[in-house]
Amino acid sequence: MEQLFAAKEIVISCGSGGVGKTTTAAALAAMAATRVGGRVLVLTVDPARRLANALGLEGFGNVEKPVPASAFAEVGVAPRGELWAAMLDTKQSWDNLVQRHAPDALTAQRILDNPLYQNVSGRFVQSHDYIAMERLFEIHTGGQYDLIVVDTPPTRNALDLLEAPQRMAEFFSSRFLRLLIAPYRSKLINMASRPFYQVADRILGSQFLQDIAEFFILFQTMYAGFVQRAEAVDRLLHDKRTTFIVVSTLEAAPLHEAEFFVDALSDKRFHLGAVVLNKVLPAYLLEAGAAVVAERLVKDAAPIAAEVAPRAGCAEDLVERVLTEMGENFLRFQLVAQREAEQRSELAVSPEVVATVPYFESDIYDLGGLLKLGEQIWS
Amino acid sequence: MTDLLDRKLLFVTGKGGVGKSTVAAALALLAAERGKRTLVCEFDAKGNLADFFESGPTRFQPREVAAGLFAMSMDPEESLKEYLTLQLRLPLMARIGPLARIFEFVATAAPGVREILTVGKVVWEVREARWDLVVVDASATGHIVGQLTAPQAINELVQVGAIRQQTDWLVDILSDPVRTGLVIVATPEEMPVNETIELAERLENETVVDLAAVVVNRVLPELFGRAEEEVFDRLAGGAELNDALAADAAPIVEGARLAVTLRRSRAEHLDHLRDSLPSDLPLLYLPYLFVRSHGMRSTRQAAAALGAELGY
Ligand SMILES: Nc1ncnc2c1ncn2[C@@H]1O[C@H](COP(=O)(O)OP(=O)(O)OP(=O)(O)O)[C@@H](O)[C@H]1O
Ligand SMILES: [Mg+2]
Repeated sequence: MEQLFAAKEIVISCGSGGVGKTTTAAALAAMAATRVGGRVLVLTVDPARRLANALGLEGFGNVEKPVPASAFAEVGVAPRGELWAAMLDTKQSWDNLVQRHAPDALTAQRILDNPLYQNVSGRFVQSHDYIAMERLFEIHTGGQYDLIVVDTPPTRNALDLLEAPQRMAEFFSSRFLRLLIAPYRSKLINMASRPFYQVADRILGSQFLQDIAEFFILFQTMYAGFVQRAEAVDRLLHDKRTTFIVVSTLEAAPLHEAEFFVDALSDKRFHLGAVVLNKVLPAYLLEAGAAVVAERLVKDAAPIAAEVAPRAGCAEDLVERVLTEMGENFLRFQLVAQREAEQRSELAVSPEVVATVPYFESDIYDLGGLLKLGEQIWS
Repeated sequence: MTDLLDRKLLFVTGKGGVGKSTVAAALALLAAERGKRTLVCEFDAKGNLADFFESGPTRFQPREVAAGLFAMSMDPEESLKEYLTLQLRLPLMARIGPLARIFEFVATAAPGVREILTVGKVVWEVREARWDLVVVDASATGHIVGQLTAPQAINELVQVGAIRQQTDWLVDILSDPVRTGLVIVATPEEMPVNETIELAERLENETVVDLAAVVVNRVLPELFGRAEEEVFDRLAGGAELNDALAADAAPIVEGARLAVTLRRSRAEHLDHLRDSLPSDLPLLYLPYLFVRSHGMRSTRQAAAALGAELGY
């Protein structure tokens, strides 16, 4: 892991929602800053409040901020480098993008003011995915950091993330988009003569249709800039300085998604740095001998309690209840641990890239916690 | 207050992965078992609702997956076609190819179009009174407000046009707490709890839909009371247990410790959740299901657990 982080400039953490992507990204960035050194930036999407606090991100949008040295000192760590953090503000990033690519300030303002813009910037062509990559590109080009670790928004379909730049370009060059706005561009085509417009008009009303078309016409003024940029972003993702880390738990759905993602990465010739399996239950739950003991505790709780209670100086009925609970509890967790172990053994990924992180019993909310987690992935 | 299952339309939402589909499936199954003709509809076409009934993939056309229980998955394009043919009586138009593809663009740019076709479909099912109950495995917390406010958004943007005429009856049904309610699923963890609290506020301020209940999912059992915990600590620290068993009890002790710590750190989040929600809002607890695999059997277990919480 240390080699990977020393060799790469961009690390992208991806996976389903709720698997610990954000925490993993932050932990890895903290580790890199500590062990590898240099200026390390973690770009997060939606950190838990306490994590944001720990990184000093509260109340800051797109601005990058250093994590204060005192935060490291508090947990007794002297980092070799610096850790910086920034949050991804999708709306703000979109606005910046428009301002950059619009032909003039007036057009930019008209786009930003269009009632449809908000909606489009909030959603279309997986805009969150795209904007995360776009922002990464911007920061990377700025050349301020030795390493950038990026957390990504939860994706339904992992491919969306990889294809976002391409799709963005396709969207704006689409034939159908041209068809939609054609009547508004040239009065030569009589709207009413086309069945589509008749239907659309009946459903949406012509005024609204016109609003939509106007919006796209405005947006198209940015076409060339957008497409060029999207292509540059795509190149950066394919660059050999960029690597992907796939995070998952051992639950069926996220793991399935992770496998899919790993395949997609190799299909599309992206670099897979590591698969991080998070929240893995402790190995002792799988011990066969322990299961036998647990079963005995459940079945023979009374006689065992009779033997133990006087020696331990406890009430026998209490001991009996405790022993039964302990045994049952073990068997319950073992069931889940076994299921997870099976899932893991079916994972078709070469083992040298797999890192396992144990289930932490309490939440991670400070730098100390992050580093503890980071060490697990590192080793 | 109306009994949860006596409403006609229930939206189930929550942060990704917390158990929305599990809860939607369980509530629907519970209703069907209680003799209600029930439809469960999954908004996410790529979702896994079908797995919870082991029924094979769901489609736009509802299919019976258990006695009295039908399942479908949403497809805004199909919904548009149905709307065009049934309500606008445009049988031929609906089959025009480019329409569907252009729809993609319009729906991308125009706020509320996709949403209204999605939400509109399930509300339409309620309006047509084909079911005693429609349960929706809805979108995650990030999108649900946008969906539920689609009628208003459409009203503001579209001045004329057929779609606008739909908004009145939609709002009527959505805003009626006797007929419609929303259920948020949360796990007792930091992020899901925060999202639940935020969503409850946004629902109140921005939508017309009534918050009917919060389901706290994956609740771990309490192993020990106070007296038992003392005994446990005593046993964990001594050699008596190992001696009596003539075996190593350490993994079992560690397992119990894991369960106790997990439950404790979750209890804090649970307290925070309880304190932050209106005190008269029903909280239903769904235990962590320790099962080998998830399917019809675990859905039945979840249904039974929710049934018990509802006093059935
Ligand atoms: N009470 C429970 N006990 C144990 N496992 C559970 C419980 N509830 C849900 N699960 C499991 O957790 C996983 C996620 O649940 P589910 O698919 O219902 O979540 P979801 O909120 O619908 O997810 P998504 O946001 O991806 O649609 C599934 O494997 C499910 O079986
Ligand atoms: Mg689901």
